[in-house]
Amino acid sequence: MSEVSTVAPVAGPDPRATSASASLRRMARWLRRNLFNSPGNSFLTVAALVFLALVLPAAWEWAVSQADLWGDSKGACIDQGACWVFVRVRLPVFIFGQYPPSQQWRVLLAFALLVGFAVPALRDGTPHRALWVVLLLTLFPLLAGLLLVGGVAGLPFVDTTLWGGLMLDVVISFVTMAGSLPLGVLLAYGRRSQLAGIRTVSIAFIELWRGVPLLTVLFMAAVLLPLFLPSGVTVDRLLRAMGALVLFNAAYMAEVVRGGLQGVDVEQEEAAQSLGIGWLQTQTLVVLPQAMRIIVPGIINTAVDFFKDTTLVTIVGLSDLLGAVNQALKDPAWLGLAPEGYVFAAVVFFVCCFAMSAYGRSFERRLARGQGR
Amino acid sequence: MRLKFGSRLTLGGAIFAAAFGFCAQAFAQSTVKSPTLDAIKKRGELSCGIDTGIPGYAYQDSSGKWQGLDVAFCRAIAAAVLGDSEKVKFTGLTSKVRFTVLASGEIDVLIRDSELTFARNTQLGLAEPAVNFYTGQTFMVRKSLGVSHVKELNGATICVETGTTLETNIADYNRANNIKIGTLLFERPEEAFAAVEAGRCDGYTDDGGSVAAARSTMKNPNDWVFLPETIGREPLGPYVRQGDEAWFNIVKWTHFAMLEGEVLGLTRDNIDEAKKNPTNPDLRKFLGVEGDLGKFLGLDNDWSYRVIKQVGNYAEVYEATFGAKGLGFPRGMNNLWTNGGLMMPYPWY
Repeated sequence: MSEVSTVAPVAGPDPRATSASASLRRMARWLRRNLFNSPGNSFLTVAALVFLALVLPAAWEWAVSQADLWGDSKGACIDQGACWVFVRVRLPVFIFGQYPPSQQWRVLLAFALLVGFAVPALRDGTPHRALWVVLLLTLFPLLAGLLLVGGVAGLPFVDTTLWGGLMLDVVISFVTMAGSLPLGVLLAYGRRSQLAGIRTVSIAFIELWRGVPLLTVLFMAAVLLPLFLPSGVTVDRLLRAMGALVLFNAAYMAEVVRGGLQGVDVEQEEAAQSLGIGWLQTQTLVVLPQAMRIIVPGIINTAVDFFKDTTLVTIVGLSDLLGAVNQALKDPAWLGLAPEGYVFAAVVFFVCCFAMSAYGRSFERRLARGQGR
Repeated sequence: MRLKFGSRLTLGGAIFAAAFGFCAQAFAQSTVKSPTLDAIKKRGELSCGIDTGIPGYAYQDSSGKWQGLDVAFCRAIAAAVLGDSEKVKFTGLTSKVRFTVLASGEIDVLIRDSELTFARNTQLGLAEPAVNFYTGQTFMVRKSLGVSHVKELNGATICVETGTTLETNIADYNRANNIKIGTLLFERPEEAFAAVEAGRCDGYTDDGGSVAAARSTMKNPNDWVFLPETIGREPLGPYVRQGDEAWFNIVKWTHFAMLEGEVLGLTRDNIDEAKKNPTNPDLRKFLGVEGDLGKFLGLDNDWSYRVIKQVGNYAEVYEATFGAKGLGFPRGMNNLWTNGGLMMPYPWY
């Protein structure tokens, strides 16, 4: 529109009026093509608009115009809408669990480290990007682990039973991702191996974990494992849950990776062989990089799944964000605020998962550009 | 990962103790042997299994700190055993995993609003040291109904959570008393609360603690009253593993110490004053000024003082969790026997 109006004026009708009517026509065309292109779709469009008109004002009233945010007790919620005071007062618990307030900076620092390591590793065009990926999977967990657990360098020890809230979701999904991806690659190769022993073991492992529900696996780790261990030996509850999640998700990761490996043309491998390149180098320099391009969308899809699955740890007594919300609902001083708590948890999970898929989509777009060359 | 390699040592100790057990008992009464107690002292922390979240018994306040009747019991044991009520590691347990986790040795004691039953005692190999909350199926009704007894509910409709014994209890009660109390069933407690609030039922029923929680979610809790009778019976209390009687005794007598505090009128605020120059012989013995109550449990003689000083007597804890400062649930059966309740601590001598 602005382009048209900056063109030198010509004789005839006012160009601005023309551009306005042109854009109106364009809009009408767009509407017809996308929303009213058949009687059925027209009906659905109208129905959806009516539904939104009915629901949105009420939702707005509940969540914003009639809601209370300030105060420090349930008594401060005097309006008819949502009592966001509850969420605001509980926010530290929802994010850090029972992590001691004086030590919560450690969690924030660990998160900053995660961003610091993840951004160069995930961004295109970082020099030595592979090195950053390796650092993200090795040095970062070490630093973050020391920081969060403590007991060294003057940092007080914080037992993992005090960990909780969103922090626990992030820790668990990172560990699951970082543990299951390498294991998944190994299993995928194992499944394609020509050695019958390795192949059978890999297939058995993958199919075993894919064949049992995640809840069962978590129960096994939480309840049955201590019975099998010698008496007096206990393994940290969180560690057990994370171990179970890593093994479980590695099986899914392996199938994603295997799909990628199969998508790389056999000729690529044969060409490398004909140049006298050894097997290991063929795989790490020729096959895996190409396979990774194919499987990144799959990996991100699985990662979104992992992140949402972390809420299942509540059933073994760990209290992640959803668990913390559930617990907060039981406080006699704040009873009856389930909608506020659940809406908050849903929004947080949506934002995190949406960010992950947005990254995945941008990656795919870049990939499409690269291949279209 | 934390590994505890003390198990062999304790096992050795246990065999040693078994071999020389009765000699030792004959000569020195104070050498109480408890593997659980030894493990706790070595760890410096009591590991207590509690509910993952339930109003009254165990819940987190806005700062994330555990509160509740069961939680206070855990803290009292830690105060008696370790001298510090804060040295407790709380493990939230769902009802499905609680007994297995206790049996595996991951926790020292389970205080999780658990009903004490014959089957759990004998078939799960668990011991039931005390009852810290007596309850049963309780009714809450709209005050304007003008009903003051369960029998008068003939013709009324009560909201109930489905899939529990609550429903069958009402059916049995109807048959036994030849009346008709109607029920409206709900999948989740929140839905039932909302239906009660909306006036779809005349009242709500569940175990005592849950009804108290339901009442406090109402817009105007004072419009609702609890009926004095309960149907069914649910004595709730702690569980420990069998085979460690000394530890069983510590849990049992910590509960009684909290009750004794109430009997003797000792509170968190006045116990220091009372300890200065006690003349009452019961008080002198209880506070460890004379006699060796603590030694017989394998503890020091200040154990009961610390329980009251750091956690409070039973009445104080009840007041803060179920009572006026908490859910507003009348003490009823949980009163001392002198006030018409069932709580009667065993005498000390």
